Amino acid sequence: MELEQDLMVSERKKKPFRWHVLVFLAPAVIVYTMIMILPLAETLRFSFFQRDTITQAISFVGLENYIKLFFDPYWVEPFLNSLWNNCYFFLIHMLVQNPIGILIAALLSMVHLPGKKLYRIAIFMPTLLSFVVVGFVWKLMLSPLWGVSKGLMKSVGVGSWYLPFLGKEETALTTLSLISVWQFIGIPMMLIYAALLSIPDEVIEAAECDGVTGISQFFKIKLVLILPTIGIISILTFVGNFNAFDLIYTTQGPLAGPNFSTDLLGTILYRTFYGQQLQPGDPNMGAAIATVMFFIILTGVAIYLFFIQRKLTRYEM
Amino acid sequence: MKHYLTSGIAASLLLGSASFAFAASELTIESWRNDDLSIWQDTILPAFMKAHPEIKIRFSPTAPTQYNAALNAKLEGGTGGDLITCRPFDGSLDLYSKGYLKNLQGMATLDNFPDSAKGAWSTDDGSATFCVPMAAVIHGFIYNKDAFAEVGVEPPKTQAEFMAVLDKIKADGNYIPMAMGTLDQWESAAMGYQNIGPMYWKGEEGRKAIVAGTGKLTDDGWVKPFEVLAGWGPYLGDGYEAQSYPDSQTLFTLGRAAIYPSGSWEIAGFNRDSDFELGAFRPPLPAEGDSCYISDHTDIGIGLNAASPNAEAAMKFLEWMGTKEFAELYSNAVPGFFSLSKHEISLTDPLADEFISWRKDCQSTNRSAAQIVSRGTPNLWNEMWVVSANVINGKQTPADAANQLQKGLSSWYEPQMD
Repeated sequence: MELEQDLMVSERKKKPFRWHVLVFLAPAVIVYTMIMILPLAETLRFSFFQRDTITQAISFVGLENYIKLFFDPYWVEPFLNSLWNNCYFFLIHMLVQNPIGILIAALLSMVHLPGKKLYRIAIFMPTLLSFVVVGFVWKLMLSPLWGVSKGLMKSVGVGSWYLPFLGKEETALTTLSLISVWQFIGIPMMLIYAALLSIPDEVIEAAECDGVTGISQFFKIKLVLILPTIGIISILTFVGNFNAFDLIYTTQGPLAGPNFSTDLLGTILYRTFYGQQLQPGDPNMGAAIATVMFFIILTGVAIYLFFIQRKLTRYEM
Repeated sequence: MKHYLTSGIAASLLLGSASFAFAASELTIESWRNDDLSIWQDTILPAFMKAHPEIKIRFSPTAPTQYNAALNAKLEGGTGGDLITCRPFDGSLDLYSKGYLKNLQGMATLDNFPDSAKGAWSTDDGSATFCVPMAAVIHGFIYNKDAFAEVGVEPPKTQAEFMAVLDKIKADGNYIPMAMGTLDQWESAAMGYQNIGPMYWKGEEGRKAIVAGTGKLTDDGWVKPFEVLAGWGPYLGDGYEAQSYPDSQTLFTLGRAAIYPSGSWEIAGFNRDSDFELGAFRPPLPAEGDSCYISDHTDIGIGLNAASPNAEAAMKFLEWMGTKEFAELYSNAVPGFFSLSKHEISLTDPLADEFISWRKDCQSTNRSAAQIVSRGTPNLWNEMWVVSANVINGKQTPADAANQLQKGLSSWYEPQMD
């Protein structure tokens, strides 16, 4: 009995309030709260208000903005259109950017590859460029008037396949997705490359001793070991794609033409929030769209964290 | 070093406040026309100050894309200039209803302007006018005179002639008949639909009928221009679907295209960039003998900051803006931007003179989506961009396009509801 009390006292004595924890956490918490949490909360709050068109007074309207967004055909149709376009945009990235990224990383991690550094830099370079530059350069290359793409396609015998790619409803979004893939392929490449390099030589040697080499070694050993990194890349791609806006805005303009075929959540948000020529900006409705976007991204990330990441086996290396 | 820095900051702060205090005795004009800075400083303002030596006046522009936001912030903070350059219609109406612009109703100078010009800066019921109209841009077609001579065609007067000219240029094969693209969509609506449209919907008459709810966007006059646009596609350059606005301008100034559907605001740039002779013809009449309407879009006005401490001096400037002297000075200094006053003025730039000469035989009108009808969702002007481009691309029939516009408008605009 006494002993127990003694223990408790000593425990209490042992654990004074650890102020330094707070002190060390403070900078991160304060900065993060200021630039992330507060704006998020403020956006959410903003979406429950609306400006009266006649009196100009801003008043609380509850869920009205959301009801309009989901049930007014003039809001929900463009919204669903952009959501679908965004999913397609993401799909192309998952199908093209990440597999090619993995392939390039695998090639780069081969021991005897001449000019490895040069490739690495060249492929990563576009990631560092501004969207404006990328959009402008590609727009120029694909231009039916001054672009090089027409001539290039002709020189390899597929000139008849040339289309004004950015101007056709059928091809514009795919083209822009591929431009974005071109720009960002360096990210999965670098991450996978780093993951591949971190696979211990013993594992590879053991595999070789068992007769697993070449392509089957890649699929049976390496790919399994880098799966967690691929998961991270997928989630980065998802978040990046659902926030995409700049590329569309610089190449296709604020109305994301032709016929809204390249409209993404980001462009519809921009148009709504800031307005467009004669369309007055509506920050409150914009905040509602931003909030919905936030929850879409949150849901996607949550699904990944709870259902996919847990099933991935991590191997101690 | 540090000492210098702090004293430097202190000095600049002092200077800042000093110029602020100074600004109170000097008029400032807020504007987005930073391109015109030298014109105002060297030509227009000196002329005014010569007549009114007691008034000092300064032109202080902001970049066009930042103007609205910057002006709003300045007005809210009480630091806006005395004279405010007004965007047409809702942009300025918004400032007026917030109390930032003074009601100018009853100023003698306003009588120098026609109602269609004042409409851009008046309340919906016309009871108050809050900016003095300054300039408009006129839509029309600019053409390459050398190319026309080479192919042997004359500027067309009617729609039938227009198509014949296009056919001839196309058959000749040396020039792209018309330089226009649909990538930016804006061109299709502004240089296409709003350019040729007024001839069909009969200018102000048709526009006002839409605003009043007595006419519909599915009426003949509004569908016909789409039908005309639908025929343009084959005469535009290869891959025009991916051709942007700057592409079209370059294509034309390089001399590769014969006709450029456009407006007078291009004059200064085209005069600079092209090395062939430029001409202009007005939108073709639907048929010989029809009456003529042109899009003479009110674009710039100047109003008085309601909080200006120098209202009296500023009013003098506004009065002067209604004179023939200002009209001539301004229209000549900025070719392509035409004074809106009723005075008959002569212009030295032949191309600008051609554009403004159309006012004699034709009735002026504003862009049809500019006033009142673009306040709701879906936004009529945005929709016009999209459907006009669709029609030229052959993705939507003219009737369909008109239906979409009407359906969208009637979904929120009271007078158009069934």
